[in-house]
Amino acid sequence: MTDTPTSDVTIDSKDASCPGPLMDLIGKVKTLDSGTVVELQTTERNSTTDVPEWLEEAGHELLEIEERDEYWSIYLEVN
Amino acid sequence: MHRIAIVGGGTGGTVLANRLASELRTEIEDGEVEVRLITADPNHVYKPTFLYVPFGKKTVDDATRPIEELIDSRVTLTIDEVTDVNTDRNRLSLADRTTSLRYDQLVLATGATLEPEAVPGLAEGGHHFYGPDGAEALRDELAEFTEGHLVLSVVGVPHMCPAAPVEFTLMVDDWLRERGRRADVDITYTYPINRAHGLESIADWATDRFEERGIDVETFFNVDEIDPESEVVETVEGTELEYDLFVAIPPHRGSDLVADAGLGDDGWVDVDRHTLEATATEDVYAIGDAADVPTSKAGSVAHYEAGVVADRIASRARGQTPTATYDGKTVCFLEAGMDEATFIEFEYGEEPYVREPSKPLHWAKLGYNESYWLTARGLL
Ligand SMILES: Cc1cc2nc3c(=O)[nH]c(=O)nc-3n(C[C@H](O)[C@H](O)[C@H](O)COP(=O)(O)OP(=O)(O)OC[C@H]3O[C@@H](n4cnc5c(N)ncnc54)[C@H](O)[C@@H]3O)c2cc1C
Repeated sequence: MTDTPTSDVTIDSKDASCPGPLMDLIGKVKTLDSGTVVELQTTERNSTTDVPEWLEEAGHELLEIEERDEYWSIYLEVN
Repeated sequence: MHRIAIVGGGTGGTVLANRLASELRTEIEDGEVEVRLITADPNHVYKPTFLYVPFGKKTVDDATRPIEELIDSRVTLTIDEVTDVNTDRNRLSLADRTTSLRYDQLVLATGATLEPEAVPGLAEGGHHFYGPDGAEALRDELAEFTEGHLVLSVVGVPHMCPAAPVEFTLMVDDWLRERGRRADVDITYTYPINRAHGLESIADWATDRFEERGIDVETFFNVDEIDPESEVVETVEGTELEYDLFVAIPPHRGSDLVADAGLGDDGWVDVDRHTLEATATEDVYAIGDAADVPTSKAGSVAHYEAGVVADRIASRARGQTPTATYDGKTVCFLEAGMDEATFIEFEYGEEPYVREPSKPLHWAKLGYNESYWLTARGLL
C-alpha cells in the first residue's frame, strides 16, 4: 500500500487521445513553479510509459502511477 | 421560421451551408427555414495550397476565391465577424450590426488561429507556411538559402494538417537536391513527443524516410524560446540547437468567441465526438478545426463532419429525430517529395496504414486540390 501524493494541480486529460495527455502536461508544466505536485489523469495507456520517459528527459520527478477504475493518475513533481 | 446559423466560411462552414441548401431546398423556398452563413472574410481560403507556395509551385492567389462564388443562392450570406454567442438567449452579436441575430440551431466552424506570439522569439526568428504572408516570406527566404542548417520544428500540437510538417521536410529535401544545394544544407526535423509523429504509423514511416535522406530527427523537443540574434532555439528539455533557417509549425489556438461563450477552453468547442453537439449547451454544434474531437485538424474531417451535421440539422428542422453520426473518418494525402505521395485513411481509435508512395498519388493530391472548389460548392 502506497500513500497517494497530494497534488497542487490536477490536469484532466481523460478521453484525450495520444499524444494529448503528454502535450497537456508539457504545456502546463512550463507555467508551474519548482516543487509543484501535479496529478495527470489519463485514459490513454501509452501515457503510462510516454509520460515517465518525458519526465526523465526534462528532469522532473515521477512520484507515482495509480490505476483507478477508469483512468490512470500519474503524479509528478516539477523540478 | 426555423433559423439555422453557421459561423465561419472555411471548408467546414461552406460545405455545410451548401449541403443544407440542397437538403432543405423546399423548406427554404417555402419560407419555413433560413440557412445563414456568417463569415468574417469575404474570401474563402483553401489552406492546403500554402504548402506549395514556399517552393514557387503555387501562389497565395491560387488559395483564394470570393466566398460569394462558392455559396448556393438559397443561403443568406452575411460578411461580418461574430463577436458574441449568447447560448441562453440563442442569439449572436455581430461587429457591424446593432441588433443581434436569433438562431434555432447554431454551428460553429471558426477554425484554428495561429499564435506564434505564444513562444518568445518565434514571431521574429521563425518562418512558417501556415498562412499567406508566412508562406510568401518563406518562399523568398528559401530562394536565397544556399547553405546552412534548416530546422523544421513542430512547436504546437494540435495543429492543422498533421501531415504538413513531414511533407514540408521531405519536399524541401527533394527541392534542395533538385537545385544541387542539398550537400550544403543540413536538415533537422523536431517533434515534441518521443517519436517523429503523433500517429505511430506515420512516425515509423517518416523516421525511415528521414534516415534514408540524411535528415536528423530530434524528439522530446518542446520549443521554449528562440533567440533570433544568435539563431539558437532552446527547449523545455534543456536542448539547444543552432539554426540558419528556422521553419516552425506555430502553436494554434481556437477562437476567443468559443472560450468567452463557455463552450470550451482554449477556444476548441467541447463536443460529443459522434453527434458533434456542444456538451455545455443545447442547439449548438461545432465542426472542423474548432471542434475538440480525437482526430486530426484536417479539411477532410471538416468535410465529413459537415455532412453529418447537415443531416442532423435537417432532421431537426423537419421535427424528426437525428440519427447521423461521425465515426472519426479522416483522409490525408501525404507528399513524400516533389513528385510522389502517399495516402492514409482511418477512423476513431484506428492506426492508419501508410501505403508505398507513388507518382499517381502525387498527381491525385494535386488533382484533388484543383477539384476542391467543386467540393466546397457541394458538387463533389
Ligand atoms: C499548410 C496547410 C496545409 C494543409 N493541408 C491539408 C491537407 O492536405 N488535407 C487536409 O485535409 N487538410 C489540410 N489542412 C488543414 C485544413 O486546411 C483545415 O483543417 C481546414 O481548413 C479546416 O476547416 P474549418 O472550416 O474548420 O476552418 P477554416 O477553413 O480555417 O475556416 C474558418 C473560417 O471561420 C471564419 N471565422 C473565424 N472566426 C470568425 C468569427 N468570429 N466570425 C465570423 N467568421 C469567423 C474565418 O474567417 C474562416 O473563414 C492544411 C492546413 C494548412 C495550414
